[in-house]
Parts: sequence; C-alpha cells; structure tokens
Amino acid sequence: MSERVAVRKTYKLFIGGKFPRSESGRSYPVQNTNVSLASRKDVRDAVQAARAAVAGWSGATAYNRGQVLYRVAEMLEGRRDQFVGLGVPTVEVDEAIDRWVWYAGWADKIAQVYGNANPVAGPYFNLSAPEPTGVVGVVAPAEPALLGLVSVVAPTIVTGNTVVVLVAETAPLPAVTLAEVLATSDLPGGVVNLLTGRPAETAPWLAGHMDVNALDLTGVTDPGFAAELERAAAGNLKRVLRPPAGPVDWYADPGLGRMTAFLETKTVWHPKGI
Amino acid sequence: MFEYAPAPESRAVVELKPSYGLFIDGEFVDPLDGGSFTSINPATEEVLSEVAEAGPDDVDRAVRAARRAYAEVWGPMPGRDRAKYLFRIARIIQERSRELAVLESLDNGKPIRESRDVDLPLVAAHFFYHAGWADKLAYAGLGPNPRPLGVAGQVIPWNFPLLMLAWKIAPALATGNTVVLKPAETTPLTALRFAEICQQADLPPGVVNIVTGAGKTGQAVVEHPDVDKVAFTGSTEVGRQIARAVAGTRKKLTLELGGKAANIVFEDAPLDQAVEGIINGIFFNQGHVCCAGSRLLVQESVYDEVLAALKRRMARLRVGDPLDKNTDVGAINSAAQLARIRELSEAGTAEGAERWSPPCDLPDRGFWFAPTIFTGVSQSHRIAREEIFGPVLSVLTFRTPAEAVEKANNTPYGLSAGIWTEKGSRILWLADRLRAGVVWANTFNRFDPTSPFGGYKESGYGREGGRHGLEAYLDV
Repeated sequence: MSERVAVRKTYKLFIGGKFPRSESGRSYPVQNTNVSLASRKDVRDAVQAARAAVAGWSGATAYNRGQVLYRVAEMLEGRRDQFVGLGVPTVEVDEAIDRWVWYAGWADKIAQVYGNANPVAGPYFNLSAPEPTGVVGVVAPAEPALLGLVSVVAPTIVTGNTVVVLVAETAPLPAVTLAEVLATSDLPGGVVNLLTGRPAETAPWLAGHMDVNALDLTGVTDPGFAAELERAAAGNLKRVLRPPAGPVDWYADPGLGRMTAFLETKTVWHPKGI
Repeated sequence: MFEYAPAPESRAVVELKPSYGLFIDGEFVDPLDGGSFTSINPATEEVLSEVAEAGPDDVDRAVRAARRAYAEVWGPMPGRDRAKYLFRIARIIQERSRELAVLESLDNGKPIRESRDVDLPLVAAHFFYHAGWADKLAYAGLGPNPRPLGVAGQVIPWNFPLLMLAWKIAPALATGNTVVLKPAETTPLTALRFAEICQQADLPPGVVNIVTGAGKTGQAVVEHPDVDKVAFTGSTEVGRQIARAVAGTRKKLTLELGGKAANIVFEDAPLDQAVEGIINGIFFNQGHVCCAGSRLLVQESVYDEVLAALKRRMARLRVGDPLDKNTDVGAINSAAQLARIRELSEAGTAEGAERWSPPCDLPDRGFWFAPTIFTGVSQSHRIAREEIFGPVLSVLTFRTPAEAVEKANNTPYGLSAGIWTEKGSRILWLADRLRAGVVWANTFNRFDPTSPFGGYKESGYGREGGRHGLEAYLDV
C-alpha cells in the first residue's frame, strides 16, 4: 500500500476574522511553503477591519475581554504540537501560553493600578481612568517568533485596542498558526489582523495611515527605517512605541509598559453640591 | 384572569449524598468524635443531607493540613501557577453553574432566578478576577514585597453561601494563603460541593479545608493558635466576640458585619426606577442581605406618591417555591431567623409603627414571611435601629438634604447606602457625607469582584474585592 499523501495547509493573511489571500496575488516561500505577501491594499483592508472592531471590543466589559484572552491561552495549549512542529521551542510555546494568561488577568485590573481618584482642591469629583487608544499598527519582532508576537499583541488588545500586525518576513508560519488559534477563541473578527510579507514594504503605508492611532515599532531593527516610520507617524500624531534600545528578555515579567503605551487617560470632573 | 402556571427548575441536576464528611487535606473524612447535623430545605423542611460536625480536634487537623500545604506547596508556588489553579476553579464553577445554583436554592431557600443570575455568575467572576492577581501582587500598590500571611481561618454566613465562600477563598488563595473555612450550619452543602470542585481542579491537598459545624466549630477555627488570619462575615454581635477573642494575638482580622442601610429618595428622583430600587434593596434575597436598604428615607413632598407606587409594586411580588423561575421572594432561611423577623416586626407594631403587607398566600410548610413595610417609623424604634435581616422595610421621611444626612448616619452601622436623585452634584455631595463603605446612586445591591465591599463603624473593617481586598490577606 502506498503511503498516504498529506494535505498541506495554505498559509494566508488574517483580516477581519477571515483568512484571505493577498489581494495582490503574491506569495513568497518560507520553509518550503508559499506564504502570502501582503500589499498596501491589504494594509488598508486590515486597518478598515481593525477600525470596525474598535467599538465592539473596547465597549466589551473588561471581564469579557479577560475571558476571551484566557480562552486564547486554552486554545493555544491545545495546539502546542503544531507550534513545536514549526520549530518553536517547547519552552517558548509554554511561555507564550502563560503570557496570554498573564495579560488576561490584567483586563479588569489595569484601570485599578493605572487610574485613580484625584484630590483636587475644590468641591469636585475627579477621576482619571485609562481608555484604549484605538487602532494600533504593530511591526512584530522576528525573534522569538511566537513569544515575541504574543508579547506585542496581547498587551495591546487586552485594554480594548485593535491591531494590524506586520509579521516579520522570516517568521510567518507560527503567526498564521496563531491566527488560527485566535479565530477559534471567541475573539471578535478584526480585533487582531495579521499580515505576512515584507514589513519593509508595508510598514510605511501603515505608519502613514490616517486612521491608525498608534504604532509599535518593536520589530524594526534598522534605526534609520524606524526614524522614517516615526516621522510618517507624526502626520496624525500617532503614539509611537520605539524599538527597544537593546536586547529584550522576552521571558522576564513584561511589566505594564506595553499596555500603558497604548492607553489614553480620561479625567472626569463633576461638581459636588446640594 | 389566567391561572398561574409555575415554571419550576428541575432539581435532577443535583445529586446529593445522604451524608457528607469534613473536607480536610484533600479528602472527605469522618469527624473524630462522630458528631453530625442535618441540613434542610427551608422551603419544605425536608432533610437534604446529614453533615459532619467538626469538633476542636477536627479543626486542629484541618489547620495542620493547611499549615503543611502552606509551608510545602502553596506558599512557595509561583504566583502564575497559583493563578492557573484559580482559573481552573473559575471555569469549573462556570461549567457546573446550574447544578450549584439549584443546590444553593435548595439549601438556602433563595429564588433560583437569583442564585442562577446573581450568585453563581458573581462566584465564577470572583475566582476569575482573583486568579489574575496571583502573579501581579507587586503591582497592587500595597508595597514592594507583599507576602502571604499563612493559614486563614474563615467563617461565613448563610445568606449567600457560595458567594461568601468565593469572597473568602479566592483572595486568600490568590495571595498565597491556605484556608480552613467553616460554612454556616444551615447552608453547608454548596461549600461541600466546592470541595469536590477543588478535587476536580487537582488543587493540592490542604490548600482548602472545609469544616462544617455551628458556632462552636467557628469558634475553634477563630481561636486556633496556628491561624494567622481570621475573616468573618456575619452578625455584629459575633463580630465583637471574635474581635475580643483575637485581641492580643498576631492574627490579622477582617470583619464584614451587619447593616441598616438608608435608601434615600429625593423628590427629583426618577420615581419608577427608585421604587424598583427600593424593592430590590429590601426584598432581594428575602432581605437576608447585610447591605439591604432596610431604612427608606423619602423626601416628604413625594412620600404619598412613592408609598402608593411601592405598595402597588409589592402586590406584584411572587412569594413561594424557590425553584420556580417566576419567584421573587423565596423562603426564610431557618426557623430561628423567622422567629427573629417575627419578633422585631411585632416590636414595630407595639412601638406604634403601622404595618402593611400585600395579600399573599404563603405555603403551608417551610419558613415564610410576607414582604412587609412599616410606616410612621421614628428613629428610636427598634425596627429603625436593629438589623432585621428579613423582607421588612422601615419607612421614614425627611425634608432637607441635611436632614437626610443626619438620619442616614444615625446608626451604629455603616455598610451601605442608596441615593436616588437626578442631580449628579447632589449624589456626590451626599456620598461624601454618608458614613458607609458602599454608596449606590440610582441603583442598589450591585456587586462586582473589582469593587471593594465593606463597612464603616460597627459594620466591620477591611474590604473584600478589588485591589483593596487583597490587603486583608497580605503582609505589606
């Protein structure tokens, strides 16, 4: 009897909860697989999907968002072998799962440690609370392929932002597999949009897009390119998280910085009186 | 008129054993001296199960198990791993929520609508919320190196059996403590079911220990020398005894005690909503609520209107079978509590207040009390001063905001208060002046794991829930 011929997976983009090919019809080979090569038009489609998802996702209760992120961890746990099969080390897969759990817990706590009552000198109620910035464009780090990606996506969406992620050119397969996890985790379509291809080509369009509110440049390794993107981002005063100054320990306690980078603070005043 | 058609929830989802042991060190064990008592359904007086009564030696065994688990397993365990156990527990509660809700209604007498839609969702949410804190304690703003206390001895009441368990166990475990918990003697069954959930979650043995019994068992827990933390929810009188018992020790104590909340309705309030809030404030859970809005303060100008609407609404309350999904007011939890409600209500009449209840058919068996209001109540009446812990509302009036503040604060209690007005600035002005730990404006009886709950004055000290609630279980 002949050996069974395997059914191969088509690696596609993840936009608005669906898996389209690049509208450009282009692809590039990675690990003997053809991966979609996203275009400027795909960036625009992804931003549109991300924008459409903002109202629902940021309007969901923090408790609900926390449960959805925890569900991502549950689904990822069940697909460990797929990531290991793509060459992601077991320890990295474990940490990526735990990273989702860590951020899931932050959903209903970040306002409690990053917001507060202000004792203004007058008869006023005065309360500051964080709100999500909106649509965040992310250039994901190439290494570690899974943990790096999770570490930039989870803190951004847990607070109610939606993201358009440009996956590193060299590490698309774990990203697309992660998209399949997200698609089965009760995460509303459009909250996370993943574009494979060449960030060198697509990032300028994302950085200059007037309906994107913030830009995370963590995955940009060329300082000149990062500066160019930051200048483009200034067009509508995007909040910019610059690339890390040195090597990052992705296994360390991530702290609050990746959440607070994409939060606005809203302060409400109200008089007190009979 | 149509005939009333009940919509009973099936109790087939609950399987009860004829008897239950104590849950110590991960296993159900017989008590050393073999004592037991029964837990009954207060709506029918049928016996549900026989439950072991823990004596001092059993409590000692439980504390030793908790100490060992604290020293060897739970204390040293990284927060992120503790978190995973708590997330598991939260998920299992969500998965088994109907079974737990029905059992809660059977053992407690509360309407299934409340156990299903209020108690159980809050129980799961409380574990989920605290699970997330387990590896984030350094971010809680309580100090750079918050440490667990050790073994927590916890004693909880019968009004929200599983919810009070969650309020005790979730923060204790998240912060790295182990627990010995004593549920109330009239409502031990969901706590024992929770013990099974701990087993299902593979929680390490000894982290949670449940010792059933009455006041003496609770006393043994509180007074055990190897307990580092005591948490109690219940009456102010017992709270005082516990405060005396731990005086001079190193035990950290938090108390969530009685209340006599003012629910203050101003003339500009949305009156239909206010009436719903008054009803919810006093008749939710048969008034077995420490933060119940048991003193209604109505501005004189709208008194007649509010009272007429309140009586109309009360006549629509359905009192009866807790498992009927239409039921608004279930059974009083015990014969003893019913006697107390009757005694205070009789005192109300004797002291000159006017009593009113809507026409209301009560079942022949079980413990029942019709929704009741007293008008013409003065501040010196017992029914205006003492916690009745039943479906009995005392109505008082006021003319000015200052008088409302005066009357609202004229109580040794300070757990909660309600404000009904369209004017935001007045809400905030009044909230500043109310000596109460929780103030609800244009709503009442809202609870959330993220929101700290607890009292001023003789309603106790310490907070449960939110960032602040963690402090009760931490050495900061």
